[in-house]
Amino acid sequence: MDSEIIIENKNTEHIYRDDVGSKMGMWLFLFTELILFGGMFILYASYRFMYSDNFRVAAMRLDTVVGTVNTILLLTSSLTAVLSLAAIQKKQKLFSMYLLGFTIVCGGAFLINKYFEWSTKIHHGFYPRGPEMANLSDGEVVFYGLYYVMTGLHALHVIVGMVFLTVMLVFVYKEKITFDNNQKLENAGLYWHLVDIIWIFLFPLFYLIH
Amino acid sequence: MENTHSINYGTYVLVWLGLVVLTTLTVAIAGLNLASLTVVVALAIATTKSLLVANYFMHVKSDSRVFKVFILVCIVIFLTMIILTFVDLIFRVP
Repeated sequence: MDSEIIIENKNTEHIYRDDVGSKMGMWLFLFTELILFGGMFILYASYRFMYSDNFRVAAMRLDTVVGTVNTILLLTSSLTAVLSLAAIQKKQKLFSMYLLGFTIVCGGAFLINKYFEWSTKIHHGFYPRGPEMANLSDGEVVFYGLYYVMTGLHALHVIVGMVFLTVMLVFVYKEKITFDNNQKLENAGLYWHLVDIIWIFLFPLFYLIH
Repeated sequence: MENTHSINYGTYVLVWLGLVVLTTLTVAIAGLNLASLTVVVALAIATTKSLLVANYFMHVKSDSRVFKVFILVCIVIFLTMIILTFVDLIFRVP
């Protein structure tokens, strides 16, 4: 198989590397993530089916502008993540590091927006068992519960992705990731793109119900 | 090892541009009053965006068939879960 290579190093030891196997392992992990979020999406769909009017009222209180900005941020970070892989394959190490750095900064900006968005909501009393919640209908309470759990779990994934990418940045710097040995970077990218895809669905389902 | 990905910056930037356009479109359409169609249109656009990300950024398009089958099986399992849940919800006797 062309994917399995054996590198002979100075000490004539054989280092075995299986890039396709590594990528497949990453995809298997991504499937578990898909089912984790998938379960929550099913919960969301069921409650939206039961309380569609309440969901509409509750969603009106979310800030569409912040949601849109965060969507663009994540899409852009996905672009720079895949470009950093392309750059290392073209032996442009420094450019690849800049792109990875930019990706991590975009993730940080996403989290800062999320922080301000959440603190505004909490300040106004919209949080589980918050002062405003007693005046809301059942469906609205469920909506905010799902909103905090789903965007919260997603934000957690953004943090993990940022750590993952930072480690890759160090690996590129130390040349543990090179033009012909970059499966680790691709795997980190796969994770980052999955987090992006999850947000692609969260965004219209929470911010764009009218 | 031969890396079969197209390592062309231009293609990626074009895909990103498409994603941004689709985002603008989905925000604009949400402003219109399409009643029950809103969620259908929103999900259709989100699915299109995900396909772009998966095919180009995640390189599924140029991956070998085993990955495509893998992903398809996972999505079919997920859709089955959704359908079974909704069969329960819709036909539930109060």
